Amino acid sequence: MLKKVNTFWFSIVLAFVFYGIIQLLISTAMLNPFYTNTLIFICINIILAVSLHLVIGITGQFSIGHAGFLALGAYISAIMTMKLGMPFSVALIAGGIVAALAGLVVGVPSLRLRGDYLAIATLGFAEIIRIIFLNIDYVGGAAGMQVTHATTWTTSFLCLILTIVVIANFTNSRHGRACISIRENEIAADAMGINTTYYKVAAFVIGSFFAGIAGGLYAHNFYIIQPVNFGFLKSFDILIFVVLGGLGSLSGAVVSAILLTIVSTFLQGLPETRMIIYSLVLVMVMLYRPQGLMGTREITDYFGKWGRVKGGNQYGG
Amino acid sequence: MEAKPILNVSQVGISFGGLKAVAGFNLELYPGELIGLIGPNGAGKTTVFNLLTGVYTPTEGEITFNDERINGLAPYKVTRKGISRTFQNVRLFNEQSVLDNVKVAYHSLASHSILSSIFRLQKHFIGEQEMEAKAIDFLKIFQLDKVKDEKAKNLPYGEQRRLEIARALAAGPELLLLDEPAAGMNPKETKELMELISFIREQFNLTILLIEHDMKLVMGICERISVLDHGLLIAEGTPNEVRNHPKVIEAYLGEEVVSNHA
Ligand SMILES: Nc1ncnc2c1ncn2[C@@H]1O[C@H](COP(=O)(O)OP(=O)(O)O)[C@@H](O)[C@H]1O
Ligand SMILES: [Mg+2]
Repeated sequence: MLKKVNTFWFSIVLAFVFYGIIQLLISTAMLNPFYTNTLIFICINIILAVSLHLVIGITGQFSIGHAGFLALGAYISAIMTMKLGMPFSVALIAGGIVAALAGLVVGVPSLRLRGDYLAIATLGFAEIIRIIFLNIDYVGGAAGMQVTHATTWTTSFLCLILTIVVIANFTNSRHGRACISIRENEIAADAMGINTTYYKVAAFVIGSFFAGIAGGLYAHNFYIIQPVNFGFLKSFDILIFVVLGGLGSLSGAVVSAILLTIVSTFLQGLPETRMIIYSLVLVMVMLYRPQGLMGTREITDYFGKWGRVKGGNQYGG
Repeated sequence: MEAKPILNVSQVGISFGGLKAVAGFNLELYPGELIGLIGPNGAGKTTVFNLLTGVYTPTEGEITFNDERINGLAPYKVTRKGISRTFQNVRLFNEQSVLDNVKVAYHSLASHSILSSIFRLQKHFIGEQEMEAKAIDFLKIFQLDKVKDEKAKNLPYGEQRRLEIARALAAGPELLLLDEPAAGMNPKETKELMELISFIREQFNLTILLIEHDMKLVMGICERISVLDHGLLIAEGTPNEVRNHPKVIEAYLGEEVVSNHA
């Protein structure tokens, strides 16, 4: 037990050393705003990837409307700061909470049933959210909404660490094992006394919450948000992080979010090329590594006994 | 034999579309009994298990367990009341470790909350440690402790079947339902399995209902046997009574003819 706790703190310390170095580079202006911005964007995308990983990779529920929760977090937090004059931190949390509530509303009816109702429900939900914002003049309609720049490297990194710690800790507990058992065999999970609806909804609500947080960071990083930023293609981008990383692997989702964000940043001026490269990467992965980059393994598996982690159900006790 | 049955099934039936898969099924189980449920393929045995465990809601009749009506209760609630089962076609959590398969069954016996796990409170560690210790104890009984970190899907078939029983037991049942636990096993494995079943029955004070397709197998260990054919109860009684029952002989003869053709 002691060793496991130590591994946890060791990772946290390592993360903050990394944070400190980057922060130092930023404050001494050695890292130009373009790179800083890319780093922030990477954090946001990792949060999105890891939150969707909990729903798809761990619990096995196919959600294809993650951008809906992102949009909700973005708009709610922007309304909080821009219209209501709330502090950014409060706006972030509000965005997360509203997204989580939306997750509850979408999740409860569709997750009670077995099968892929969630895919249809989330797809519809994301589209409805987008169309609602498109038609509300209060938030600028199609022209979008001006948002101050408030997202910093520090806030995004803190949110990222919070997301990973919460989702990893959830996963590596009896609750996470319950979710994985649903993914593996829902009928057997039910027969073993797992309240499957409860856990599917719990995972989905937690995932939605962090997507909402990501939305707040996203809105306050781009000066303007428009409904067009949150269409199906955005949901698809997030889905790709999870699939490419290997369904069930948290570190896989992180790695692929980093890689793909870098790739698309450099191909920003060439959206067609980006789509082609994305598609090629996907086809290659499907052909040569259908289990994704990491399969269900975690990075820590490669360090032998040190912090042994298995199939997305790590140091559970 | 005690006076009060633990399980009482009365006139239970279910139809799928027009097909009556099971009709007018009756069964009384007394604490500590080991009862066999036999019948040819497609007779409705698995359907009876699905009715008992809440997978299907009976369209007629009543099921009471410890004097409580349980028809139509969600499967996880039935399990928490004390009925646990295995599946005819093994249903393990394939990608999870052997240990985690058993831990999942312990889930509802633990109490640390989602928040305690997320924030890694003391309660989480105590709860998880307890689950781990109990799960390992169980695996030892089934001689699976040496493969505890193996993924369930990587176990040989016989061990997978044992793991499924271990998992069902970990859920803490009073009544254990075993659906053809010996299917696909060789005679030696089957014999060991039957000994194991007798052992856990004593050890955990279980009442067991055992489905078996092969009549000979259950004759040796069951006190009473119920025979299903085409969804109907055609005989019940001691192994000897059942063995010589004309309807049973007919049902099994019929099957032999069918399987020879197949
Ligand atoms: N969900 C279902 N839908 C339709 N028919 C079913 C269903 N479940 C079982 N049956 C039918 O009920 C009959 C009994 O099946 P089953 O209980 O699996 O038999 P056994 O376990 O005795 O071999 C079969 O004819 C089967 O096709
Ligand atoms: Mg059957």
